This record gives sequence, structure tokens and C-alpha cells, in this order.
Amino acid sequence: MSAARAPYIGQSVARKEDYRFVTGCGTYTDDIVLPHQAYGYFLRSPHAHAAIRSIDTAAAAAAPGVIAVYTGRDLAGIGGLPCGWLIHSIDGSPMKEPKHPVLAEGKVRHVGDPLALVVAESAREAKAAAALIDVDYDILPAVVDPASAPASGTALHTEAPDNLCFTWAIGDKAAAQAAFAKAAHVTRLSFVNNRLIPNAIEPRAANAQYSAASDSYTLYVTSQNPHVERLLMAAFVLGIPEHKLRVVAPDVGGGFGSKIYLYAEETALVWASRRVGRPIKWTAERSESFLTDAHGRDHVTTAELALDADGKFLALRVDTIANMGAYLSTFASCIPTILHATLLAGQYATPHIHCQVRAVFTNTAPVDAYRGAGRPEATYLLERIVELAARELGIDPAELRRRNFIRAFPYATPVGLTYDTGDYEATLDRALELADVAGFPARRRASEARGLRRGLGYACYIEACGIAPSNIAGKLGARAGLFEAAELRVHPTGKVTVFTGSHSHGQGHETTFAQVVADRLGIALEDVDIEHGDTGKVLFGMGTYGSRSLAVGGSAIVKAVDKVIAKGRKIAAHLLEAGEEDVQFSDGVFRVAGTDRAKTFAEVALAAYVPHNYPLATLEPGLNENAFYDPTNFTFPAGTYVCEVEVDPETGVTRIDRFTACDDFGNVVNPMIVEGQVHGGLAQGIGQALLESCHYNEDGQLLTGSFVDYAMPRADDLPDFVVETVRGTPCTHNPLGAKGCGEAGAIGSPPAVINAIVDALAPLGVRDVQMPATPYRVWQTLQQARS
Amino acid sequence: MSPIPLSVNGKAVAAEADPDTLLVTFLREHLRLTGTHVGCDTASCGACTVLVGGLAVKSCNVLLGQMAGAEITTIEGITPADGSLHPMQAAFRACHGLQCGFCTPGMIMSAIDLVTHHPHATREEVRAGLEGNLCRCTGYHNIVTAVMQAAEATRAKGGRS
Repeated sequence: MSAARAPYIGQSVARKEDYRFVTGCGTYTDDIVLPHQAYGYFLRSPHAHAAIRSIDTAAAAAAPGVIAVYTGRDLAGIGGLPCGWLIHSIDGSPMKEPKHPVLAEGKVRHVGDPLALVVAESAREAKAAAALIDVDYDILPAVVDPASAPASGTALHTEAPDNLCFTWAIGDKAAAQAAFAKAAHVTRLSFVNNRLIPNAIEPRAANAQYSAASDSYTLYVTSQNPHVERLLMAAFVLGIPEHKLRVVAPDVGGGFGSKIYLYAEETALVWASRRVGRPIKWTAERSESFLTDAHGRDHVTTAELALDADGKFLALRVDTIANMGAYLSTFASCIPTILHATLLAGQYATPHIHCQVRAVFTNTAPVDAYRGAGRPEATYLLERIVELAARELGIDPAELRRRNFIRAFPYATPVGLTYDTGDYEATLDRALELADVAGFPARRRASEARGLRRGLGYACYIEACGIAPSNIAGKLGARAGLFEAAELRVHPTGKVTVFTGSHSHGQGHETTFAQVVADRLGIALEDVDIEHGDTGKVLFGMGTYGSRSLAVGGSAIVKAVDKVIAKGRKIAAHLLEAGEEDVQFSDGVFRVAGTDRAKTFAEVALAAYVPHNYPLATLEPGLNENAFYDPTNFTFPAGTYVCEVEVDPETGVTRIDRFTACDDFGNVVNPMIVEGQVHGGLAQGIGQALLESCHYNEDGQLLTGSFVDYAMPRADDLPDFVVETVRGTPCTHNPLGAKGCGEAGAIGSPPAVINAIVDALAPLGVRDVQMPATPYRVWQTLQQARS
Repeated sequence: MSPIPLSVNGKAVAAEADPDTLLVTFLREHLRLTGTHVGCDTASCGACTVLVGGLAVKSCNVLLGQMAGAEITTIEGITPADGSLHPMQAAFRACHGLQCGFCTPGMIMSAIDLVTHHPHATREEVRAGLEGNLCRCTGYHNIVTAVMQAAEATRAKGGRS
């Protein structure tokens, strides 16, 4: 009989997956070698916008080692890469959805747009042969700046003559206008939410194999959601029966959104693998990643906040231009709309909000979800304008936030969401304490004595995670369900393999999910293994993004566990000659209430697979259950971040002296993993605030196309972090009470950093600093403020 | 073309490949030592870091022909055969100094060089010492903690890591 033990949930259990990663035994896509594999190389457009007059592949086809060369003409019979979310414009018309060809047809629309696939015996030969392809281009003017794209006079797609994909809005415009009319104070701010390049350290890669024996395909690919990839590729692009395509996402070296999408490269490889009758492998060079991984953010925004004489928010108005890039990536259209504008209430009881979003096509790489996806953009504008309003009104910024906090739940915002629970005062109070805000004035004086400027900045963020109730998402335009699936396979010895539709690419699911299952079944952690990332093993899945894995994927697992326990009770009741209603399950043991008669979980599992003494007339043998979980609401993680900076006014150099994050993620399974997620998010958010920015020149050439030109945060760019997860308000509608923690750091930190810099420089006349606040930009801002 | 003699993880290797093969390509594709990763094409990310004669070297930035007589150690070479871990590997695991694991082997090799040559490094010095290795997952906080812990363990043993 197993004894009760302390629960795993709540413990910082060391990760089960780490042995293979610290020893170099992980298996990433590029590590996979298939017998007789060939290599693919993609010829890419050097121009941002050009018509293709002709492509001559003869010399490439005759080059050493070349097996085949394919262009858009060869693939003309297949579909384009689809967009998974339909947005309607204000006038009721559907968004413009021009075809996104796998290989360019007739035109190229961004630098890096693939034109041809060369398949050769080696990667080197494929690349060398691609240089022999002769493309005759008719170069067209490039549309690069999103704000001027509609009036540029050059159209990327005939379907969108003004380059507008849609003009969408949410909220009651008239009510907001009326509130502004009676406002005591209005704060206005315009800014750019800088374009970012995700840069997971593992570049995208794929290896596609066709089997003539079974007329089926296997694709190994760097994906966050292999089932979604399979569905989109099979049903919408290649017309392959879905059951004839197996997609495997093995160990994946980071995603941050960029590996959600169906990309041209793996699609072309699958298509070509049957033509050449050999597996074809492609691994992106980092330069290709910069050019073709979906980028993030890139909003141009004007915001206005109306306040009454007491500093209460009356209304918020937002006008945003969102850059979609050259084509609509898989979820591009829902990012600046559903995941952005619906978050504009933040933590505040603002009664009226109106937001308009114009999405435009430009001759740049497609833009899609990147860690936070819309929510960082919403949080940035809101927390910047609240901070500015506090400054203009002479109210302490923490106090102004407090006056406007939502305090009663559930709370229906004016932009479509209903927050189920939260306690914003608790995270604010704790953050101020942890950050020693009380000691700030003394630290500021000490900095000033050294000729430096010190500033303090807050951000109180909220996000919507646990995507999503499928019926609500469907009404909002989603073309997919957003549930999650799980299978619990109990083996005859009582060991358990869990198959989950979530995908781990750094999040530690193999540990967190095992903690949940081991506790619920009362068995040891080492008796539970988590399998993910293979459509050939896992029944179905929607994958990992939007901080949904524990809240949605974990809940599906809990449902499957509960089904196993329910069947186990029936088996135990038979074995114990008791009524099912008298059998209780706890700590891994089925007991007849009020007696010492009991069977362990392992004994019940064995009986299920060796059903000699078993109710065969009424119960199937075996112990294996599937579950699908569809959430009834989003989850709403929230918290307060406090950043303290020191700025050298002579050089513009900003140093983060301390950064404090206080989050409410609901119930936490593994605090160590959760803190790690916050750390990583903070690094990306601080990267956006201080270092990172994607730049194209006016011809559409990417100027930040390598790690030499694009400033990734390095170890010596970042401070130590103070991170605390409060004993929070558990999510009220999923069985784990979990809200999600993967994106918070990237959402809350950019405004905290910029607010701190502005606070430091406000005495010198600075009202705003644009991201990234590089030394040059800060110095320039100071010069302008002084002149 | 005569084979190039070198040592990889303590074993003599007569490398029969073009001298202009990148060391990382030779390790990954000829020796199938796939723990060493490639994350960029500008010698910027450090995912391919190995030890050459005990010094951290980005193996994407040296050619096989330059390695005649060199003693090369990869992540596979520091892993004990008995299923235990090198102190640096153990510290990364204990401190949650990794998430997706892709930068980890290179980060660990750089950290071993750092601790070997600077056993008393401060957190700030560890940050400066790992400046050549990019991690996109961890925000570096726990990596620095892991390196400090491994350095302490190494000092306690009074020897090299």
C-alpha cells in the first residue's frame, strides 16, 4: 500500500527533460538524418517588390549534384498558405486575403520571398546551384512604412489596391466621444511599437519523407503545434489526405510564436519529397531566419485618455495601424484585433473604450504573434498613457492606478472580455515593497550626486491567456477550435504515459504535467512520462502558444485522469466486492469506505489488462482514456512590474539597476519553472525596450539581418531579476486554477522600462522616449528637450 | 589528401574530410556528435562552442585544417558514462539554467572555460564572460546562478572543473 506523500504540485521539482539537454542528447530537427536524404535550398528574392519576367533554371538543373529544381510554376496547382482567422471590416466586408503562394508566382513581395527550391545531394551543391538560376526581374517601388502604405500609390496585391487588409473597430465610439466631451483632462500620446524579430536560437528546419509503400508522408519540423501544421498543410495547401501525413515536432529549440505558423519551406519539401522519391532536408541559415521567420509587433498608434477631475478614467480612444507584412501569416489578422484591442481595459474600470485598427500590407516579412502577441502592444500604450496622465496631473502614478483598479469580479469590460477574478492591489502593494520604492528618493539623490539621473517606472499589466473557448473564438473569426486533447495510457504495471496536444519547446511540460498526473493518481513522478509533438502518437492537439498549455492542455489531462479514476473505481469495486459508490480513491489507493479493504492503483491497472477476475460483461478491459477540454473563458494573469534605471545624460546610456516582477498566475505547479518563464519574458521585453528593433530601408532591404546588426540581449545587458508569484486568485473555471505564465514578462516589462527612463529624464524636459531606448536615441531625445 | 590527426573527447581521430570543412560540420555530420549546435552564421550566438585545448572556441569559426594535433572536447566528452553529470551540467539542471536546451551545450562549454580560468568570478564577471553566448529563453539570471554554484562546487573540491 503506498503511503501518502507531500504533493508534487507547488514544489520546484527539477526538470525531467534536463538530462538530455545538458548532455547534448536532445534530438532537434537538424539532428535527424534520414536514409538517402537529399538537401533543399531556397532561392530567395533580393528585391522587396518586383515582377518576375522569367526564371531560367537550366544551368542550375545541370549543376553537379542537383536532383531537381522547382519554381512557383511547378507548384501552381496547389493552394496558398492559409490564414486561420477571418476579420471583418467596419463596413462588414471580409478582410482582403490575397493568395500566399508557397513559391512566388508572377511577383515577389519581400526580400527573402522564396522563388525556387533546389534539391541536391548536399546542402553545399544545392546552394551553389541556386546561384545559377537566372531570374529576370522588373523592379517595382517598395512599400515599407506602414503608416503611409495606404496612400503609397503602389499596390502589393491586386485584391487590396490601397494595401489595406481591413479596417476593424471595437467599442462604442459615440459613448467614448461623449465621455471625452465632458473630461476634465485629456492625455494624448503617439508612438511606434517597434518591430521585433523572434530569433529562437534554433533556426527553423524540416526534413520531409515520402513512403511509396504506404503512399504517405512524414515531416519532421520545428513546430509549436504539429497537428495544426498537418491540418493546414494537408487540407488547405497540398490536398493530401490528413491521415497520410505524419508531422513530428521533436525537441524544438525555442519558439516564442515564430514556430506556430505553416511556412512555405516545409510545405515545398513535403510536396517535392514525393517527386524526387527521397527525403529532403532543409535547415535555415540564420540570415534566412531574419528574412523569413514571422516578425512581431510593428504598430503605429495614437492613444487618448479622458479623465475626470478626480483622476478617474472616463474613456480611452486608440487608433492603430498594424503592419501585416507582405502576406497574411497563419494568425496575423487576430493579433492587432482580438488579442490587442480586447485588452485595452487593462486593470482599470474605464467605462468607455473605442479602438480602430487598420491592417496594411507592406513589402516586408509577414508579421504574426510573437511572445505576448497584441497584449504587449495594448499594455504598452495603456501603461505609458496612464503614467503620462499621472505626470500631467501631478498624481503619484501608483495612486492614479489604484483609483481606477477593477475591484469587483466577474467584470465585463467594454471591449468584450469578462475577467473572472483578480486582485490588482495585492500585486501592486507587494511589488512596491519588493522594489523598495520607499528607498527610491535616497537612491535618486545618490545617483544625482554622481551626475546620473535615476527613474522609477511601473506597469500594471493584464493579459488574456488560455486560448480559448472555441465557440467564442469562432464568433470572433477563428477558423479552428481552440480546445486541447490528452490521452492517458495506463500500462499493466500501473506506469503511465500521457499523450498531450500541447508542445514543449522549453516550457518544461514533461515535468509540470507529470507533477499534475502523479499527484492526481497518487503515484511517483518517475512513473509518469509525457509524450508530445508527434501526430502519429498523440490523438490530436492545438499546440502551445498564448500561455495556454497548463490552463487548457493541463485541464485536458486532468479530465483524462479523472476518467481513468472513474473506470478504476468500477474495477476496484468488483475486486473488493463492494458497491462502486462505496469505493473512494486517494493517495493512489482505492478503498472501501469504513473498512481496511483496498487495492492500489497498480493492482487495478493489472486487473484491467489481465482480466481474469473482472466484470467483462459490463466493462471493457484496459485502462486508457482520452479527453478533450474546451475552456469556458479566457484566463487573466495580471501583475505589477517595477523598473528602476540610472541614465547617464552625457552618453544616453541606460542601466537597469533593479527590476521587480510580481505576478498573479493563479495556482502554480512548479514555482521554479514559472519563475524561469518570467525571467525569459522579461529579457525579451527589456530587449524590446532598450535594444531590439527590426529596420528595413526605404527600398525594403532588411538592415538588421544578422546577430551583428540586430541587438539581442546578452548576459551583460540584463540585471538580476526579483520575481515573486503571489498567492494569487486561482482561475475560477479550469480544474487546475491555473492562468498561464509564459508571456507576462514580455508584456509587462517594456512600459515599466520606458516609464522609468522618462521618470529619470522628466526633470530635463523629456515627455516620451521611443523604443528601443538606445543610448543614441536617449541622447538625441535629451538634446531635443534641451533645445 | 592525408587524414588530419586530432583528438576528440579523448579519442584519436584521423579526420578524412576536406581541410576547409568547418569544425562544427565535422563534429556534427562526420562524427555525429550532435550535441554541438549551430544557431547562426556570423559567429555570434555561441551554440557551437567546444573546448580546444581547454579553451572555449566557436566551432563554426574554425576549419578542420587548423585543428591538426588539437585536443577537442564537446558536450558529449564532459558527460560521465555512468549517468551522472559534470558539476557544470548538474548546476545548470539544479538552478533551472536552461529551457529549450538548444544553447545549453555551448553555454556549458563556455562556462567551464570561464570557471576554470576565473574560479572566483562575481555574478557581474560571469555575465561579462558569457557575453559570447546567446540564450533566448532564460533571461540569463538562472544561468549566472548555475555558473556561480558550479564555481563554488569546483572551489570546494579544490580543483579544476
